[in-house]
Amino acid sequence: MDYFDPHIHMVSRTTDDYLALAQMGCVAMSEPAFWAGYDRGSVEGFRDYFRQLTEFEPTRAAEFGIQHYTWLCINAKEAENVALSREVIGMIPEFVQRPNVLGIGEIGLNKNTKNEATIFQEHLDLAYRLGELVLIHTPHLEDKYAGTRMILDMLTGDARTDRTRVLVDHVEEHTIRPVLEAGFWAGMTLYPVSKCTPERACDMVERYGPERLLVNSAGDWGPSKPTAVPEFIFEMRRRGHDEALIRRVVYDNPREFFSGCERFRFAAR
Amino acid sequence: MPAPPRKTTSPQTAKRSAEAVLDRDFLIIRAKLLEVAASLDRLAAATDPPADAERIAKIRQAIESLLDDGADHAETLQQIFSLPYDADWQERFGLGGSGD
Repeated sequence: MDYFDPHIHMVSRTTDDYLALAQMGCVAMSEPAFWAGYDRGSVEGFRDYFRQLTEFEPTRAAEFGIQHYTWLCINAKEAENVALSREVIGMIPEFVQRPNVLGIGEIGLNKNTKNEATIFQEHLDLAYRLGELVLIHTPHLEDKYAGTRMILDMLTGDARTDRTRVLVDHVEEHTIRPVLEAGFWAGMTLYPVSKCTPERACDMVERYGPERLLVNSAGDWGPSKPTAVPEFIFEMRRRGHDEALIRRVVYDNPREFFSGCERFRFAAR
Repeated sequence: MPAPPRKTTSPQTAKRSAEAVLDRDFLIIRAKLLEVAASLDRLAAATDPPADAERIAKIRQAIESLLDDGADHAETLQQIFSLPYDADWQERFGLGGSGD
């Protein structure tokens, strides 16, 4: 089955992963800007990173027939540095019109601090002024519930928010309902230990239905499986769900959400 | 235009009976419970008690929650391991607006 991985950090993966993804049916991916594994020292570090996301990675992906898209921001972890964050936000317009850029992301909260919330709102303001889609990172582990509620407060508190153009990612059992009930798109991340499993993601699809739900691997620097989405597909089939339902979550929904960006020129095979 | 709020009903209910779930998952459940049991044994064998008893208390609370009837064990367990949400956070941060 052809599928999208709507959240994967290919800058942290070897080219062998592109081969594996292509062999397992990945036809497109979206790569949000994220933490490099260390705190970058200047806006020029982000300029080089944005070049990597908008020039090198789509070229690397294309060698394996995968269409690569990306998002731009300063991530929640580095957002604690407000001065640097504002420089990066000021630079984003230089790159946002590049062909594979889908919007602003993955913005969000990490430890739910005032600085993180301030920069989140400034990213939102940029996104709304430019008319861009928004991809949101919700915090890890013990911070996730409070952080997700804070994010929803900021989103719903801004009259410009179009909920059909916002994807709240890394939802789990205690955050999926408020996100979906508020009308946003929701992403389930299949990542060992700190996030969700394919089985639990299937449970949530069964409980809440496929509407506005996506799954992703968020493959990154840590132990993670870029082939997590195929594992979800396999588990859904094992449970007897039909191909149309599975395809809706792993292909139709990402395609529908990303189509909100005028630069999304996906060529189905 | 914002999307209308969505009802969280369950249109895609599991197509399996409890018997079918157990046939498939019993050994997996057993294995995962065994991992938890073994972890508790490691804690019991530890030479010194933890300085922070809170994590032990959360583990105990989580295990006890699994014995309740109902279909929300995963969500309940997630909440046990979550920090609380403060509805007045925006006021506390001086960012304006208010929580719901």
